[in-house]
Amino acid sequence: MRYSPARGMARAISLVTGMGKKYGVEWWILVAGALIILAIVYMALFPASIAPFNPHNQSAGPQLVPPGGKYLMGTDNLQRDVWSRIVYGSQTILRVAVLAAIISSVFGITLGLISGFSGGFFDRLISLIMDSLYSFPGLILAIAFAAMLGPGVINITVAVAVIYIPTYFRLVRGQTLSIKEELYVEAAKAIGSSGSTILWKYIFPNVIATTAVVFTLNVADGIMIEAALTYLGLGLPPSIVDWGMDLSMGKKFLPSGVWWLITFPGAMISLLAVGFTMVGEGLAEILNPRLLER
Amino acid sequence: MRNLTRYIITRVLLTIPMVFILLSIVFVVLRVMPGDPVSAMLGGHAPESVIEQKKEEMGLNRPMVLQYADYLWQICRLDLGESMVFKQRVTKAIGEKLPATIELTFFGILITLFLGVFMGAYAADKRRTVQDYVIRLYGIVVYCIPVYWMGLMLQLIFGIWLDVLPIAGRTGPRVFASTFEKTGFYLLDTILVKDFSAFGDVLVHLILPAFTLGLVLSGIFVRLTRANMLDVLRADYIVAAEARGIRHRKIVYSHALKNAFIPILTMMGLQIALLMAGAVLTETTFSWPGMGRLLLERIYLRDYPTIQGVIIIIALIVAMASLIVDVIYAIVDPRVRY
Repeated sequence: MRYSPARGMARAISLVTGMGKKYGVEWWILVAGALIILAIVYMALFPASIAPFNPHNQSAGPQLVPPGGKYLMGTDNLQRDVWSRIVYGSQTILRVAVLAAIISSVFGITLGLISGFSGGFFDRLISLIMDSLYSFPGLILAIAFAAMLGPGVINITVAVAVIYIPTYFRLVRGQTLSIKEELYVEAAKAIGSSGSTILWKYIFPNVIATTAVVFTLNVADGIMIEAALTYLGLGLPPSIVDWGMDLSMGKKFLPSGVWWLITFPGAMISLLAVGFTMVGEGLAEILNPRLLER
Repeated sequence: MRNLTRYIITRVLLTIPMVFILLSIVFVVLRVMPGDPVSAMLGGHAPESVIEQKKEEMGLNRPMVLQYADYLWQICRLDLGESMVFKQRVTKAIGEKLPATIELTFFGILITLFLGVFMGAYAADKRRTVQDYVIRLYGIVVYCIPVYWMGLMLQLIFGIWLDVLPIAGRTGPRVFASTFEKTGFYLLDTILVKDFSAFGDVLVHLILPAFTLGLVLSGIFVRLTRANMLDVLRADYIVAAEARGIRHRKIVYSHALKNAFIPILTMMGLQIALLMAGAVLTETTFSWPGMGRLLLERIYLRDYPTIQGVIIIIALIVAMASLIVDVIYAIVDPRVRY
């Protein structure tokens, strides 16, 4: 049978609806979230095909035109097109949030595995540090880090990443502690596997699945923290297009009733965060119905 | 009760390493990263020799280990030191701003609890109906709305379009500062001096910030309450109550909710951190002169002692809040033994 796009599409749709019958509403939450993410990722990957203007173009139109007609979301005080800035701004926030989640998961998972597996003084020390960081308001730490590091995409990514390491650490350490006692780990020890083999070949694969849910929820949180930092003016140089920065710029014109400069960037931040949260919630319910209930 | 006392003492002692670790991290990060209070104060144009001399005076050129040891000794004497930028004790700066933050967070959490708990209980009662899904969706969406954007939108709607509520500050221009000398909690102060028009003014200024904070956090409580209520509604004593013919509404909102509330209370302790973070952002949006604004201002000035002081106080608030919640839990539910 030859492959045709139409048939592929039909198969994909029947697969999606089939899963929907099996898992119910939770599946549709996941699909809706995934569609939101896909749409915004498309914006980030092919901005030129959507945006009518260059986001830095300071002569896209007159100042502060309300949405409608040629300017879908109006123009700002520097005569730039708001919709084009929304499209290009998706790149910054996605890059920071996803990269930060990857960095913190790598560090958190590794530390959690080693700490939980080795135990002893090292475990207690790391756990104490992680618990202290975990109990403190993450955003406030991120503010401190971002302010100290100075503006820049890499710096803001680090600031966001640092505060989520404890989340992964606590989850993975707890799982490692319980898996360590499983019979198959005992068996691996009996046949003479080395410590690192047990850790990476036996424990790691069993831990990684549960972190998927945390990862997506983490990206959602990262999106809001990134936007919060840039909203506070801590994160990025003005040459970069960013939703949080546009929001803080638009704030100045709020008293004169210019609603479009704050409504659209904020709505996009929320929408993107909602997308990732829906995927996370859907995944959690499907993988383990009791995980989020507690 | 003796167990409880011992538990409280252990918990209080446990907050010491927590604060110590946070403090150490912040201390090191502040000094390792580029920038220092002198350069921030004098700007980039001051001659090198002046900057060096000033640094020397402030003790910033001494070995970091010595600075750290000095600072720890100072903290042990319960002294947060003096600001490096202004002639001002750190405790005084914090003392002026803390009541504003507490006033905001207190009303924020009241609104959160009220909205979250009742919507969650209602959703659990109407499980797997349209109302349930709408409320659950509300929980997800409202959690994902950044606090500051919620604040801006409420400002736009109620402050600009409808023009019914003020959008910035704790008071209007009519109210004199001398009214607020007693506690710093403006609502309390205005009652103490029996100035009720000022009281009304303060209350009106509190509405939008408190609602902003309350709405955003209510999403979590909707979810928590719903999950706990689902468990409780399955319990035998609920079935028994139904069998005795007690009105359904009374069973849900009186019998079940009381029991579901205990785990919610413990979760509240964990949400205090989120509440503080939300407060910082709400304060910036509403020009609310609290701890968050103090922290941001002083970070730009690299005012090390004040930044460290604010971090310590916030860490203590978070620790104390979760301790209080745990103690209430132990008192409310005698089955809990520590």
